Amino acid sequence: MKMNRALSLALAGALGLSLLAGCGGGSTSTPAPAETGSAETTPAETGSASGVIKIGGIGPLTGSAAVYGLATKQGAEVAVNEINALGGLQFELDFQDDEGDAEKAVNAYNALIGDGAQIIYGCTTTTPCVAVAAETNAARYFQLTPSASSTDVTAGRDNVFQVCFTDPNQGITAANYIKDNGLGTKVAVIYNNGDAYSTGIYNAFQAQADEIGLEIVSVTTFPDDTNTDFTVQLGEAQKAGADLVFLPIYYTPTSLILNQAKTMDYAPVFFGCDGMDGILDLEGFDTSLAEGLMLMTPFNAWGEDERTVTFVTEYQEAYGGIPNQFAADGYDCMYAIYEACQAAGITADMSAQDICEALIAQFTAADFSVDGLTGTGMTWSTSGEVSKAPVVVKVEGGVYVTQ
Amino acid sequence: MKTIAPGRKRLVNNIITYGMVIAAFVILQVLNAGGMLSPSLQGQLVPICAYVTMAISLNLVVGISGELSLGHAGFMSVGAFSGVVANLSLQSVLPSGPVRLLVAMVIGAILAGIAGTIVGVPVLRLRGDYLAIVTLAFGEIIKNIINILYIGVDENGIHFSTQNEMALNLAEGGKAILKGPMGVTANVKLSTFTAGFILVLIALTVVLNLVNSRSGRAIMALRDNRIAAESVGIGATKFKLTAFVTSAVLAGAAGALYAMNYSSLAAKKFDFNTSILILVFVVLGGLGNIRGSIIAAALLYVLPELLRDFYDYRMLIYAIVLILVMLATNSPFFRDLKGRFQEWLRERAMAKADAKAKGGKGHE
Amino acid sequence: MSILNNLINGISLGSVYAIIALGYTMVYGIAKMLNFAHGDVIMVGAYVCFFATGQFGLPPLAGVLLAMVVCTVLGMVIERLAYKPLRQSASLAVLITAIGVSYFLQNSALLLWKSDPKVFTSVVGTGSVKLFGGELTITHVAIVTVLACVVIMLALTWFTGRTKMGKAMRACSEDKAAAQLMGIDVDRTISMTFAIGSALAAIAGVLLCSTYPSLMPTTGSLPGIKAFTAAVFGGIGSIPGAMLGGILLGIIEIFAKAFNTNISDAVVFAVLIVVLLVKPTGLLGKAVREKV
Repeated sequence: MKMNRALSLALAGALGLSLLAGCGGGSTSTPAPAETGSAETTPAETGSASGVIKIGGIGPLTGSAAVYGLATKQGAEVAVNEINALGGLQFELDFQDDEGDAEKAVNAYNALIGDGAQIIYGCTTTTPCVAVAAETNAARYFQLTPSASSTDVTAGRDNVFQVCFTDPNQGITAANYIKDNGLGTKVAVIYNNGDAYSTGIYNAFQAQADEIGLEIVSVTTFPDDTNTDFTVQLGEAQKAGADLVFLPIYYTPTSLILNQAKTMDYAPVFFGCDGMDGILDLEGFDTSLAEGLMLMTPFNAWGEDERTVTFVTEYQEAYGGIPNQFAADGYDCMYAIYEACQAAGITADMSAQDICEALIAQFTAADFSVDGLTGTGMTWSTSGEVSKAPVVVKVEGGVYVTQ
Repeated sequence: MKTIAPGRKRLVNNIITYGMVIAAFVILQVLNAGGMLSPSLQGQLVPICAYVTMAISLNLVVGISGELSLGHAGFMSVGAFSGVVANLSLQSVLPSGPVRLLVAMVIGAILAGIAGTIVGVPVLRLRGDYLAIVTLAFGEIIKNIINILYIGVDENGIHFSTQNEMALNLAEGGKAILKGPMGVTANVKLSTFTAGFILVLIALTVVLNLVNSRSGRAIMALRDNRIAAESVGIGATKFKLTAFVTSAVLAGAAGALYAMNYSSLAAKKFDFNTSILILVFVVLGGLGNIRGSIIAAALLYVLPELLRDFYDYRMLIYAIVLILVMLATNSPFFRDLKGRFQEWLRERAMAKADAKAKGGKGHE
Repeated sequence: MSILNNLINGISLGSVYAIIALGYTMVYGIAKMLNFAHGDVIMVGAYVCFFATGQFGLPPLAGVLLAMVVCTVLGMVIERLAYKPLRQSASLAVLITAIGVSYFLQNSALLLWKSDPKVFTSVVGTGSVKLFGGELTITHVAIVTVLACVVIMLALTWFTGRTKMGKAMRACSEDKAAAQLMGIDVDRTISMTFAIGSALAAIAGVLLCSTYPSLMPTTGSLPGIKAFTAAVFGGIGSIPGAMLGGILLGIIEIFAKAFNTNISDAVVFAVLIVVLLVKPTGLLGKAVREKV
């Protein structure tokens, strides 16, 4: 169990060496003395002469949320390529991994501004996004998130804007929609109590359901796992006689729930939120399981308007697979920034702080609206929330049908 | 090497350790003042201090006391969340940031210490991997409990609930601090590098003094041979508990420092993986080797950030480096090399052939 | 009836844990190391089977066999490259290397197979047996999993008790130096143990993903930890112990969920702690007498 000091010194040396090797000699071997190389670009003198606006993206690319971060990255990349092909304002997107963690997200943010990022795009998930929002708010960087939907992200921060619906908004809309359309009389809820998004929607849903008299007969939760057993949760819902199961969760656990419900011969209406978009594109997923599934999503990959078709085609060519609403939100983020930059006359040589103030003014301007894949005429309130109409779709024959 | 008396050698060693920490702090502060630190490194300074403290404290349990603990992040979590609650509920009473940070860290340390005692008393009866699994279990339980906990504060004091935000029954003007799985979303940042540096120094002082004290020798005697130690009247539970609780207290303070560096914090951050990460720092730095823990924690924390230019390959390279370093420091080939080096040193010392007493090899 | 249903689900989940725990416990018994990369070998096994049956259209059984072959080779290679050089080192050094290997496997999988979850097609179909007029449902997967678990446990018990290789393994686990003196090739025996453990991991991966058909690079880590818990619970190093620990853990987990889904994990671990405090070496673990 012991290791003596000489060995530990050798070890420190070896670590130092390995660090050097790992960095291709470009960086420093210890945190202490020699970080001067990368210190030339301090935040105060950002902006590059080449006429390219640098956007720093943050989201999970490793870990269990990687699939969502990757979608926001790829959706944004499609948009950046399109925008750059237009020839006018040029964007450069540097997307860094945050592992879905607040600490790593702040590290990623610091690395990005060290590299001269002028606008922050992200984060994908809520908790990291709140942490980064506090940093951007203090250092005055404009931040636009594609999918961090909690109101905590924008609360009290004038520089942070969302392209997605907020969680309470989704919960309330879902409750109203279910009630108004008579989709179910007894509702069961299964949500992820290890996740801010899921809990946020559930809380609002419950409050609204109480108010409008929608009966909730069973509420069960599950932790943040990949392979979870839902038989207990589904069994409770079934026993309580629920004819609709509300699932404010992401699509990965949903695929398991649908599968297990089938083996239990339990066939209520399943109703989900935007996090469920993407379920039909799961490799190996039997889409017949999702038949009749209803979800609120701002984006329909089977939509027939020209922009959606172009986006889906470009996305498939570049990455394979059908883009989900994470990717579409990412795409819309880039266009929102692009259009705001053009309207506000932002150029690449402006400092991040100047860009920030100009973009805040532009996003909250009364006449500013953006037409995107996830909504037409999107406008933003001063609190940073987007206003767009939620769309409910139903899975029929393996595609979405707008209700 | 053997010609130096053990007491003197220890002193020299400790001075090197303190000197290293202080020098690193001074150099970084000077560089920072001169605007020569990249934002990336600046942002890492506080978490590095927190992780260094975590590594020092875990080394006390794993290295000095010889008990494998896989739930150290649990104590960090207790310290972090109690620190945040203290910070936000005392906001109006204690307007001064540094004072509130100090109070938050002390409260975090105390609560983590209490948790450490609750966990330690039953757990330290177990050995080896059974102890490891129970600490892992406690870490998960702490995570699970914080995940369902809602805490709010208003003028009547602090409110708790395990239901939801509404159940807190906050009065007008009250605010929810901890919101279950959403965690803390409106923390006020207080941590500074200086505070982190002071915490590292305190942790270092506490641990080095404990190790070099009578209790410390008792703890190490228990580690090396429990039966022999008990036969000469060293009570296993008392001393093992001392090490365990001290470690939990330091972890709590580190947790509070860590939490006060971010405006959001969720319970799932402090999971098994974080415990493992800290264990990696300790083992790489050398069991029982406090200085090694500090160096390993700092270097391994910075490494994945330095690898950001590799994008997708970043964590893969990190894994490979980790394996290679472990192989390099532990495989027979390198041990031969080390042995030969020591041989050479010994010969040189013999050549001097002075009358100095050789003395026994101290515990390391 | 819901109690019976829960019990069956618990046994089915527990059998998956048990198969993983068997791999853990074998490796631990002989190499005295906690192989934290074991969970990720499970993930690799599941991916191999997924691609074999999905993209190359192999029959399910061939997919399972291929996964076993790949995992066996992988396990032996890992052992040779990462663990063997550390045979004489402290067990914690090997533990950290195992964690490094675990990171390596996860991130390689992320690069090779991307982060998007794959929906695993069950190797035994999705049918189920209904009893008591449909009130009790037992899926085919559950039946196969439990059977596989029992068969594997019996086979391992026979193997370690009756065959030459198995006896050599037991000898190595008792005393490596003495085993070597008796003419046992310790290196080969340990390598063999990893091979068997990894083959079991492949089976566990396929069964895990057949029961819970979501496959991504992090799929193996949590079941890995749970199975490690199960192995310790049953008494690490003991083959029947791993089986018992796994099945009990599965049952406790399901009933804890039925009790309250919010704190099910806390309940599971609390039960574990209580059991270990009462029986400090696990359910079937040997009390090791210490020599002075």
